[in-house]
Amino acid sequence: MVGPNLEGGVPPGPGVVDQPRVGVDEWVANVDERREAQKGLTGLVRRAWEGVPPAGRLVILLGPFAIFPFFANEGNLYRYGLITVVYALLALGLNVVVGFAGLLDLGYVAFFGFGAYLYGIMASGHSGHHLQAEIAIPIAVVAAALVGLLLGLTSWRLLGDYLAIVTLFFLQAFVIFVNNANGGPSDFSYPFVGRVDLTGGANGLDQIDPLNFFGYHITTTKGYYFYTLISLALLMTMLYFVNKSRTGRAWRALREDPLAAEVMTMPVNRLKLLAFMFGAGTAGFTGTIFGAVQSGAFPGDYDVGLLITIYAIVILGGLGSIGGVVIGALVVNGAPELLRSSSNARFLFYGVLLLALLVAMRPWYRPVVVLLGTIAFGAVVRVVVAAAWPRGTAGHVQGGGAFGRALDHWVLIPTHVDRIAGWAYFVLILAALVLTLVRGWWRTIALIPTLYLASFVWENKLVEQVSGATRLILLGALLVVIMNVRPAGIFGTSRVEIV
Amino acid sequence: MNWSLFFGELVSGLTLGSIYALIALGYTMVYGILKLLNFAHGDVYMVGAFIGFFVLQWLGGPLTTAVTGWLAIAIMFVVAMLGCGALGVGIEIFAYRPLRNAPRIAPLISALGVSIFLQNSALLLWGPQFRSYDTFDLIGVKSYHIGRNFFISNIQIFTIAASFGLMAVLTWLVARTRTGKAMRATSFDREAAEMMGIRVDRVISFTFFVGSALAAAGGVMFGIVFGQIFSLMGFTAGLKGFTAAVVGGIGSIPGAMLGGFLIGLTEAFATGYLPGGSTYANLYVFALLIAMFLVRPSGLLGSPVIQKV
Repeated sequence: MVGPNLEGGVPPGPGVVDQPRVGVDEWVANVDERREAQKGLTGLVRRAWEGVPPAGRLVILLGPFAIFPFFANEGNLYRYGLITVVYALLALGLNVVVGFAGLLDLGYVAFFGFGAYLYGIMASGHSGHHLQAEIAIPIAVVAAALVGLLLGLTSWRLLGDYLAIVTLFFLQAFVIFVNNANGGPSDFSYPFVGRVDLTGGANGLDQIDPLNFFGYHITTTKGYYFYTLISLALLMTMLYFVNKSRTGRAWRALREDPLAAEVMTMPVNRLKLLAFMFGAGTAGFTGTIFGAVQSGAFPGDYDVGLLITIYAIVILGGLGSIGGVVIGALVVNGAPELLRSSSNARFLFYGVLLLALLVAMRPWYRPVVVLLGTIAFGAVVRVVVAAAWPRGTAGHVQGGGAFGRALDHWVLIPTHVDRIAGWAYFVLILAALVLTLVRGWWRTIALIPTLYLASFVWENKLVEQVSGATRLILLGALLVVIMNVRPAGIFGTSRVEIV
Repeated sequence: MNWSLFFGELVSGLTLGSIYALIALGYTMVYGILKLLNFAHGDVYMVGAFIGFFVLQWLGGPLTTAVTGWLAIAIMFVVAMLGCGALGVGIEIFAYRPLRNAPRIAPLISALGVSIFLQNSALLLWGPQFRSYDTFDLIGVKSYHIGRNFFISNIQIFTIAASFGLMAVLTWLVARTRTGKAMRATSFDREAAEMMGIRVDRVISFTFFVGSALAAAGGVMFGIVFGQIFSLMGFTAGLKGFTAAVVGGIGSIPGAMLGGFLIGLTEAFATGYLPGGSTYANLYVFALLIAMFLVRPSGLLGSPVIQKV
C-alpha cells in the first residue's frame, strides 16, 4: 500500500480528477457538492427520499406491509410477510450493536433463541407453566438484556476481532446447551433441583402457548403479523430518535474511533454495554414472538445459518441505516423463499444474471453481445455434444413450463451427472475468479462460456438443493461480493477517513 | 486416583492439542501480518481433510492401496497441503486483498462469507454424511504401554511427532530465512516494509499458503486419528483453533502451539472429569477462554498492544 498520506500532497493528474480520493481533505470538503451533482434516476430518487419527512418515510417503508395481508393467503403471509418482519426486527437490534456502536457481535442469534426458549419455559405445555404474555415477555426481554450485559462485559477488554470470536463461541455454547439440556443422563445435575428438562434437547421445546395478553389470545398468522409489524414500527421510530440523541451520537463516535471517543470523555464502556443490552433485548423480544408463532423452539433454528442471514440483511441495508434494514430483510428473505420451488428459482437465477449483466456492463451493446454469444455458444455446444457423446443430452430439465422446455434444447443435461457436475462446479468457481482478473473485451469474451457453465451447473447441481446448501452458497458469495464492491453495504454511506 | 483414565485423557488431549495447534498457527500468522480474523480457516482445514480422503481413494482405497502404507500417508499429506495452500492464496487474493484499506469490519464479513461459501459448497458436493478414512489397517496400529496404565498408539505418537516437526520447520522458516524476516517485517509495519523493498503482497500470499497448508495437515491428521470426517467439521475446529491462538497470545507462534495443547488438554480432561463433560466439553473450553481474557487480555505469551495515536 502506498499510504494516502503520501498521495495527499500530490495534485491529481488529468486522468483521475473524478475519482473519489478517500483521505484527501478536498474530497471531504466537497462531499455535499458531489451528492448534489448526482444525476439521473438515482440522484432523483435520493433527493426525493431525503425530502420526505421521517414519518412519511416510515409510512412509505411499512405501508405496503400493512396492506399485504389483504392480498395474501395464510401460507404466503407466513413465509413472505411474517418471517420478513421478524427478520427486520432482528436486524434492527443487530444494527444497533454493529451499525451504530460498531461492536462485532457474532453471538446475537443466541439472544433470539434465548428469548424463544425462555418464553417456552414460562409458558408451554412442555414445562407445565402457563404465564400470561404481559408478564412473560418483559421477563424474557429483561433476562435477555441481562445476559447481553454479561456478554458485553467482555467487550470492555476485547477489541473488534477478539470480541467477535468470544461472542461466536457464546453462540456455540448456547446451541450445545439447548441441544443437551433435556435432563438426560449426560446432562448437568443442577444444585438444589437435580436434573431438569429445560429445553427438550435436540427434539426442541414443544407446545409453546400462543401469546396471551390479559386473556386475549393471538391465534391467527394475521394477528401475529400485525403484532410484529406494530412492534417494528415502534422500534424504528424509537431508533430514529435514539440515533439523533446524545447516546446515538456517542455510539457513532464510538464506532468511528473508540480511542478518540474515550479521550473526549465519553463513557465508552457504559456505551458498549448499553448497545449490547439494547441488541440482546430486541433479539429476546423477537424470540418470544418467534417461539409463540412456531409454538415450539428448536435448536437448529438459532444457529450460524440464521446469523449469516441477519448479517446479510444488515449489510445489504447498510450498516447503521434504519430504513435499509426493512429493504434488506425483504430481499434476503424474499429471494431465498422464492428459491424454494425449483421453477421459481430458475426464473430468479436467470433473471438476476440478466439484470446483473445489464446493470454492470457498459456500453449497452456489450450485454447484448454476451447474451447472443451465450445463446449461440450453447446451441453449438449442444449440437457438438449430441453428436459426440449422446449421454450428455439424454436428461431433461425438471418442470419450468415453456422456459424449461426451451432450456432443454440449449443446456446439457447428462444422465448420471453427479461427478461431472461436481467438477463443473469447481471449474465454475475458478472461471468466476479468473473473470475478475481479466479486463476489457477479454472479460466480455470469457463471460460467454462462464455463463453457459453457470447455467449447466445450476440445472445439474445447484437446483437440487435450492432451499438448503445453494441458498447459503449464494448468500456467502453475495457477502463477499458486496464487501468487495461497497464495503459500507449497499444503502450505507461510506465513511470518510481523514488521514 | 484412576491413573489409567488420567493418562488416557493426557494422551488424547495431546493428540487433539497438536491438531488444534496446527490450526491455531494459521490463524496467528495471518492475524499477525494482516490483523485479520480469517474465519474461513476452519473450512480450509475441512477441505484439507477431504483432499486427503480423495487422494487415498485415488490411490486405490485404504485396503488396497497401490503403494505402501507410509508412502500413501505421505502423499496424502503433501497433496492436501499443496491444494489447501493454493486455496488459501486464492481466498486471500479474491476476498481480502481488495479490502486492505477498508474499515476493519468489511474483511471480517467477507471472511464470514467465504466460510459459509466453502462449508456449503462442501455440503453440496460431498453431502452431509460421514466419510471414513479407515487407515488403521493401512498403518498397522500398535499400542505401546509403559508401566500398567500408560498406553499410547503409534498413530498418536506419529501425530504428536509430526505436528512438532511441522512447528519446528515453521519456527525455522520464520526465524532464520529471508522470507521469514520479510514476514516479521511486514507484520511489524506493513508500510515501512514496503518502502524497504519488501513485496508485501507476495509475503502475505506466502503467509496464507503456509497457514492453510498447516491447517490441511491438521485435517489429514484428524482423519487418520479419529477415522471420520464430515463437511461441517471445519467450523467448530476453526473456533477451537482460534481460541488456542488467542489463549496463547495472538500473533505469537510459540503461543499458538502452547494454546493448542492447552485447549486440547482442557477438552480431554473436561470430558473425563467434569460433570456433564462428554456433552459440555466445549462449554468448559469457552469458560477457559473467558477466564483467560479476564486475567491476561493479550494471551499467555502475547505482548500488550500499545496504541499510538
